[in-house]
Amino acid sequence: MKLADQWATISVLWGRDLSRFLRKPSRLIGAFLQPIIFWLMIGGGLTSTFKLSGAEGLNYEQYFFPGVVVMLVLFAAIFGTITVIEDRHEGFLQSVLIAPGSRSALVLGKALGVSSVGLIQAVAFLALAPLAGFGYMDINWLNLVMFLILGSVALSTFGFALAWWLDSSQAYHAIMSVILIPGWILSGAMFPINPDQGALSWIMKLNPMSYIVDGVRRSFYVEIPAGTTVSTSSLTDIIVVLAFTLFSLLWANVIVNRSK
Amino acid sequence: MSTPLLEVKDLTVHRGDLEVLKALSFEVREGEVFGLLGPNGSGKSTTFSVLMGLLPSVSGSFLFNGQEVRGGSKELLRSMGIVFQSPSLDQLMSARENLEMTGRLYRLPRQKRKDRIEELLRFSDLIDRADERVANYSGGMKRRLELARSLIHDPKLLVMDEPTTGLDEGAFQRTWKRLLRLRSERGLSILLSTHRPEEAAFCDRIGFISDGKLVVCDTPNSLQKLVSGDHLNITLRDHPEEAARLIKDALNLDSIISDGQLKITAEEGHSLIPRIVELLPEGSVTSINMTRPHLGDVFLHLTGERLTEENT
Repeated sequence: MKLADQWATISVLWGRDLSRFLRKPSRLIGAFLQPIIFWLMIGGGLTSTFKLSGAEGLNYEQYFFPGVVVMLVLFAAIFGTITVIEDRHEGFLQSVLIAPGSRSALVLGKALGVSSVGLIQAVAFLALAPLAGFGYMDINWLNLVMFLILGSVALSTFGFALAWWLDSSQAYHAIMSVILIPGWILSGAMFPINPDQGALSWIMKLNPMSYIVDGVRRSFYVEIPAGTTVSTSSLTDIIVVLAFTLFSLLWANVIVNRSK
Repeated sequence: MSTPLLEVKDLTVHRGDLEVLKALSFEVREGEVFGLLGPNGSGKSTTFSVLMGLLPSVSGSFLFNGQEVRGGSKELLRSMGIVFQSPSLDQLMSARENLEMTGRLYRLPRQKRKDRIEELLRFSDLIDRADERVANYSGGMKRRLELARSLIHDPKLLVMDEPTTGLDEGAFQRTWKRLLRLRSERGLSILLSTHRPEEAAFCDRIGFISDGKLVVCDTPNSLQKLVSGDHLNITLRDHPEEAARLIKDALNLDSIISDGQLKITAEEGHSLIPRIVELLPEGSVTSINMTRPHLGDVFLHLTGERLTEENT
């Protein structure tokens, strides 16, 4: 269990995902344009009907902006980890499995690579913050970056564990469409929590992604508009997101070391 | 006798309720090419997966240089170079980048890594296209790169699962030339699995594996002697039944008629050829050839099983 062996595995996988992302121009363009189109279309379409009592001045483009940032991190995690299924049986990961580094290092390296790809896309999209009414100087960058890093590590290790466990692209696609994407929709990313909708509001409260969205959303405001978050305090966000990250890391480690 | 490089002892593996390996034992000696020959599903890949630590075993042990080691233990993996049956390259990266990543996984120092990569690119004839994406390579080039990659950390034992699957005859011959060169130049020992008799013929010793068990283990020559007789194939202009009767009467040899050809198995085939040609009416034989029994015939003889479906 030499530390240097672990670092070798981590750095190779980390660098590999980054370089694979950066060298495909088509993927790069798609990665940067897709969220903009998404934000402008949905934001523009819903802005006239969106009204939140207690936050009258808030338009939908602004409300939706933090949600798109988290969507970027989530999509990067999904598309970055679904490849693990093939890579493990008919790809480069086979050779990583027989290299001196441990399987936990493999998890970490892959998670860091996938997270970095998500973060690059998120940061690029954040350049548009002023269009949503957020001045660069008003953003609490430290808080934002912390939530983005924790959130993307959590989601990518969660995705990794799912991929390794399911070991089937079709099953992963199914989970993606019934849990991961609905999970994002029900995280406060697209619409705020409404306490009158009992079941729905409970799902939103129990959904760890809600607290990533809240943490990101809070970073844009000195005083957060009433009714826009699921959580009641910044501390709750940190605790839940940290717990989710630790859970995902632990789960991925158990899964990858168990299945021989 | 000196200690074998690798000993596999009584390896038993279950998959669900199925016993896929049944107390399998064999050894690979220093500097030899040892092949496990068996049809698909006989347990070859399973053996390798346990050796690499990708599958658990119910019982059994491995000894490397006389020391007991766990399957997939890091000291074992460091001493082995592995060529997987399925591709294990990053198709979006170049040959050089694939080698570079693997060199870093094994923590080769920068300068040594650079030199080693150059050496391996030359060895595998990929130096001219080293910076091209692997996805553009031919099947043969990819296999060469897999082989080069498995050698990057200078292993003592090369383990190859069906190394020439999908290669044409030319690439097959070149691969073996390369492998035998490696063995003689570096003293590398090779353990491989195959279902091709012509590939097994390159090995110093072969273990026949059938239904998870080792049936026999010996040199190709000794194994070939287990099946007696040469095969004679006689193509006739017409009336094969008549010819079969003449041969039976004169030489007391049974023939099988298949596709208008006569097939005869007999000892001393070369001395029978002129006698058969003289025996049959002039001009009726259009061709006659003789083949020695190959390892696939020996396998069939010993296990009752064919190595590939196309042999049936």
